[in-house]
Amino acid sequence: MRNSLEELKKHARNIRRSVIEISTPVKSSHTGGSFSAVDLLAVLYFEILKIDPKKPQDSLRDIFVYSKGHSSSAFYSTLAERGFFNRKILEEYYRDGGRLPGHPVRNCAPGVEVSSGSLGHGLPMAVGMAVARKYDKSPSRVFAMLSDGECDEGSVWEAIMFSGFHKLDNLIAIVDYNKIQSLGSVKEVLNLEPLKAKWQAFNWAVKEVDGHNLAKIYHSLKKLPFQKGKPSVLIANTVKGRGVSFMENKLAWHYRSLDTPEEYKQAMKEIEKS
Amino acid sequence: MRTAFIKTLIELAGQDERIFFLTGDLGYGVVESFRDQFPKRFINMGVAEQNMVGTAAGLAMSGKIPITYSIVTFVALRPLEFIRNDVCYQNLNVKIVGVGAGFSYPQYAATHQAIDDVAILRILPNLVILNPGDPIETRLATIAALKHVGPVYIRIGKKGEPNVHKKDFPFVIGKAVTIKNGKDFTVIATGNILENTAKAVALLEKSGFSVRFLSMPTIKPIDQEAIKGAAKETKAIFTVEETFDIGGLGTATAEVLAELSFKKFFKKIAIPNHYPKEIGSQNYLRGIYGLQPDQIAATIKQYFKK
Repeated sequence: MRNSLEELKKHARNIRRSVIEISTPVKSSHTGGSFSAVDLLAVLYFEILKIDPKKPQDSLRDIFVYSKGHSSSAFYSTLAERGFFNRKILEEYYRDGGRLPGHPVRNCAPGVEVSSGSLGHGLPMAVGMAVARKYDKSPSRVFAMLSDGECDEGSVWEAIMFSGFHKLDNLIAIVDYNKIQSLGSVKEVLNLEPLKAKWQAFNWAVKEVDGHNLAKIYHSLKKLPFQKGKPSVLIANTVKGRGVSFMENKLAWHYRSLDTPEEYKQAMKEIEKS
Repeated sequence: MRTAFIKTLIELAGQDERIFFLTGDLGYGVVESFRDQFPKRFINMGVAEQNMVGTAAGLAMSGKIPITYSIVTFVALRPLEFIRNDVCYQNLNVKIVGVGAGFSYPQYAATHQAIDDVAILRILPNLVILNPGDPIETRLATIAALKHVGPVYIRIGKKGEPNVHKKDFPFVIGKAVTIKNGKDFTVIATGNILENTAKAVALLEKSGFSVRFLSMPTIKPIDQEAIKGAAKETKAIFTVEETFDIGGLGTATAEVLAELSFKKFFKKIAIPNHYPKEIGSQNYLRGIYGLQPDQIAATIKQYFKK
């Protein structure tokens, strides 16, 4: 690891704090899904992805496709934490005339590779990038982070089937499996299980991990692909709203923002301790 | 037209290694020559058009020029939101090629009839829509589309349409082609009804009318100057297309005419807005919907008062 575990924790903490800071004043949604993704994003951006914030367009960079664009506050906060742009720009999130829309727009800020917001688009686009890199014999790899609800989309399975068949081992998917989607739990709405077996059946190499254990996430992703000749997927078991006790595993935080000063203070206090 | 398209594409792909061909498992008897010459740049995506468009977007973001290919309804309508978000919203260099424009697959019924695609796609920002009318236009449109940097939708007919143009001409995206000049009225045709319209114009000329005849291979951006010129210099305008009478060439023309400071007689000749129940050949369906040469000529005669 390039960073100590303490340093990684600090980054994750900073990202969570930033999510609260930018989403509270503008009352934007999706804090829960942002928090479930934070630890994954911290490890990816500080350990795994071959990227240089000073050269965001470097042709050999790894590509990260953030397909769960609704949880953009975590994504922007991660990019700022990693140094892709000044933290001041985060103040433009969701605001009149600001540069950071509720759903990321390609190149709206350095490091934003694709426009997302509609589910089921990220993986197909990542497939195209992986195909191009195979053709070019490029060492660049393509990562895509998907939400669990997103896996309801047929296009995701079209992309999974295609990339397994075509042995795109430069493609890595990460599923933020926080078990809660828009109107209910994944189990109640449209159960994805057996999720691991589904990806395996489509010829992907699969690992599962506790998506909030930084060391375990790192060790899961440090050697890629998981298996030569197969695309890799990391199914990350996460908790919606992770980091703030009253948000955890609560559907409401798919939508809510911190509306009272008490809630805000309590959330910040818990994050400082995390 | 399909043959002209694939022959041209193969020529271009030989000169430009960025060109990739993606098909939704269609193109038997047409696409094999591309596959055999450029196997690494030919990808059969399977019957999965959403992933095909997303993949094309990813290729374009990686500096490639991908072509997505299938029957019009499957390549243009099935993955519509992918065309919107991945291709047009991100303004990527993807070429969408639909075969079977209009009633090219008439016996297959409305799932395979491309009569609503232009209206639906015309609203999408950044998208150029090319609707060539004969093999020459198809070849020139293919070259222009590949040269253009940005999303292009090309809809082509089937095999075996005759040439209406006698020779090549300078093809410019967004420009009408004047096939002949005249001062009584203007007839504008787009796409594969160009042949029948040319025959209708010949009939009208025989009856003593002086006809300005334009081919409009670009539906978007529409050639406003050509329409305004026709409105100023001739007495009426007729549009002919083998698509619904809402949202296509006729509507695009009407939008230009409606903003003029003077009024001009205008009539659309197109398919009424319902899915045809009739089954039959392209000629048979054209006959039902008034798109045979004598019918087009008769409609124009009926409405044009000297």
